[in-house]
Amino acid sequence: MSEIALQVNFGLNIALLLMLVAIGLAIARTRSLLAAILLMGVYSLASAVWLIVMDAADVAFTEAVVGAGISTVVLLGAILLVRAGPVRHNWRMTIVPAVLVLGVGGLLVYAVTGLPEFGDPASPTNAHVGRRYLIQTPDEIGVPNVVTAVLASYRGFDTLGETVVVFAAGIGVALMLGFGPRSNLPPAPAATGDHHVVLRVTAKLLIPLIALFAFYVQFHGDLGAGGGFQAGVILAVAPILHALVFGLRGTIAALPVRAVRSIATMGVLLYSGVGVVCMINGGGFLDYDYLFPPSVEAMIPPGLMGDPDHAHHWGQHFGIFFIELGVLLTVAATMVTIFYGFAGRAAEEPGAST
Amino acid sequence: MILFEALYVAPPALTAQAPILVIAGPLIGACAAALSPGGRTAWMVSVLTAAFALWMAVAVAGEVAREGVIDYALGGFAPPMGIALRIDALGATMALLVASIGVMGALYSGHALESEVKAEKRTLFQSGYLLCLAGFLGLVFTGDAFNAFVFLEVSSIGTYALVAVGEARDRRALPAAFSYLIFGTVGATLYVLGVGFLYAATGTLNMVDMAMRLATLGDNSAVQAGLAFVVAGLGVKAAMFPLHGWLPGAYAGAPSLVSMFLAATATKAAIYLIIRFVFDVFPEGEFGEVFLSWILAPLAAAAVIICSVQAIFENEVRRILAFSSVAQVGFILLGVSLATPAGLSAGMFYLVAHALMKGALFMAVGAFAVSVRARTVEDFSGIAREAPWSAAAFGVGAASLAGVPLTMGFLAKWSLVSAALQAGEIWIVAVLAIGSLLTLIYVGRMLEVMFFRAPVRGAERAREAPVGVLAPLFVLAGLSLWFGVDATLPASMANASASALVGAAP
Repeated sequence: MSEIALQVNFGLNIALLLMLVAIGLAIARTRSLLAAILLMGVYSLASAVWLIVMDAADVAFTEAVVGAGISTVVLLGAILLVRAGPVRHNWRMTIVPAVLVLGVGGLLVYAVTGLPEFGDPASPTNAHVGRRYLIQTPDEIGVPNVVTAVLASYRGFDTLGETVVVFAAGIGVALMLGFGPRSNLPPAPAATGDHHVVLRVTAKLLIPLIALFAFYVQFHGDLGAGGGFQAGVILAVAPILHALVFGLRGTIAALPVRAVRSIATMGVLLYSGVGVVCMINGGGFLDYDYLFPPSVEAMIPPGLMGDPDHAHHWGQHFGIFFIELGVLLTVAATMVTIFYGFAGRAAEEPGAST
Repeated sequence: MILFEALYVAPPALTAQAPILVIAGPLIGACAAALSPGGRTAWMVSVLTAAFALWMAVAVAGEVAREGVIDYALGGFAPPMGIALRIDALGATMALLVASIGVMGALYSGHALESEVKAEKRTLFQSGYLLCLAGFLGLVFTGDAFNAFVFLEVSSIGTYALVAVGEARDRRALPAAFSYLIFGTVGATLYVLGVGFLYAATGTLNMVDMAMRLATLGDNSAVQAGLAFVVAGLGVKAAMFPLHGWLPGAYAGAPSLVSMFLAATATKAAIYLIIRFVFDVFPEGEFGEVFLSWILAPLAAAAVIICSVQAIFENEVRRILAFSSVAQVGFILLGVSLATPAGLSAGMFYLVAHALMKGALFMAVGAFAVSVRARTVEDFSGIAREAPWSAAAFGVGAASLAGVPLTMGFLAKWSLVSAALQAGEIWIVAVLAIGSLLTLIYVGRMLEVMFFRAPVRGAERAREAPVGVLAPLFVLAGLSLWFGVDATLPASMANASASALVGAAP
């Protein structure tokens, strides 16, 4: 990079970090839950920009859709359910956390002094496994986006675990909030004569576009930033927006609670099913090279897909395709399940919202 | 482990895949349970899945006994490029323990849930239970530091929800689950921060590779902070004193099945990971020694004394057992802190013993809860006359906890004392003695009320629990007795685990 570009980059880093500090302080200072939640969304967005500056596009994308997007929606849903009141403070509630925070902060600063320089090509993260991923991905996996290769193939077992974490969170919310009568859901607003007409028309236009964008992010994950997690969250926004504008009753009629829960389960089953198929065909768990039996794999002419100079990677391509689909199903359905849990409750206990 | 050497329980093709099937089995079972039409089907799925996991765990133990260490490369990528499972005698022992408790819990859940969990919640509850099981099994098998974090989260997220389900019996389960969630999340965050620093310093996440690179790295502040964060984070999960604030409420509020399962496996899995890091990943030298003798040992001693005293002054049976768990974690860690083969072996033996006896105790409390809503010690007055079989099993668990001869608890305490004497740590012997005396006080108080007092007039009459509850309860209590007489199996496993960590067998 040229000298000027480096200076601009440095300036951007400093400005974004200062912004993060300022937002963090504001979150700590504010006494309004609503303000804190919105500021947390802003914090996520600012850190997403910062991650972009550091060239971590995939992480930035996730931070933007999860941190700034869906968690803000979920937290807003949560404050509808709780009564907020003044909390009595005593010295222990100030001193103990302060000591802990200062201790952890001090340790963090101490640790940073031992870290290699950011972007140093000889640093362990860049020279050891990371470098081998960059070199071997075209040969072994054959997808252009190395992040996807690491996420879905090299460390696909971690991604299965993370999908299960999302699934477990959905089960947890469903266990706590997902039961009880739903008969008293408010009916959908009257079709004519209400003043939300602009909102409704816009939402109707937006919902298919949101879904389309989600699928773009999903299937573009091989080539650029994106993948099942981000796409799942974006896809979940479509029914959530529908519920917010047209009423929960209509959304639940279209997407019943049990069906959504089953879809989340299907996602995990699809992912682990891919692993089991690889095992049955003689490979290890999640070894996509064995997704097709070796006899089938041998019949595929080299260079039919992807780079003709390298061996064909049909197993890897389809393995990644299916597991990303599993991630999409689980993440999208779990987000909707969580939203149903909160929104259904809010309608159930109108007295609880203040 | 010698006993497992001649054990071929599965065909070779299946045995080769057994390490991953131990984890993937419960994961897929969790999906099947979530899709089940009703609680009964989900229960059957749960039992079958847990039994399958145990079968595979036995197959793995056989392989480990023959081969020493097994590596299983996931996705066909050799570590450190891919994630690998790495199972030695310690991991195989832990998996056997977790899977056995998992089977007992699954059997027990058939009846136990009826009084404590609403019918419509039972399918999802079983699903959550199997997710926890998969999480703990993954945790003890993985050879990858980040993969361990993922499984830590799988099991934790499941347990938060399972604890909260206890609100049907006790409304205090909700704040308890919330505080567990906050503590647990802070712990997990500290752990992943630590792993992040270790990754920055070594460029790898595979534990073996990481250990090799750390050994050549020398003093580095990022490494030191990373190790400190890892241990602190796992300390929260293991309820290491003083990071145990979440435990009493969570154990007391959760459904009995969950208290039983957590007491027997959750803290144990975290202790396992601490041991793994301290002995296998930490670079040789001052840092590990300082940690063991100046941080771990004093904190463990404090846990033994302080939490035993807290248990004495507690008035609710479940909370007494919960505080006792924190104290017992102290006993286990005292053995580990000796860092000798004998000490580690004693610690592992104690870990197994504690899992069996605390499992039996919480299960017995659940067996009483089938018919009565007893909470304080006085509520249990004379319950031995109304439910003699459950009370007998409780008595066996309690005797083992107190260290009565002919129980596994006695042998466990004995081996700890002799290991401490061997290492010349007289103060640890003193702490063990005081801790055992304190244990005797709260155990004696519970037993006296249950066995020698008349039932309170006009109180609910307890009934004997159904066979479905008694059978797994008797297995756990019976094992505490059996291993108290003939401890060949657990002792050989503990010895093999210790020699896998520090080399020579005692």
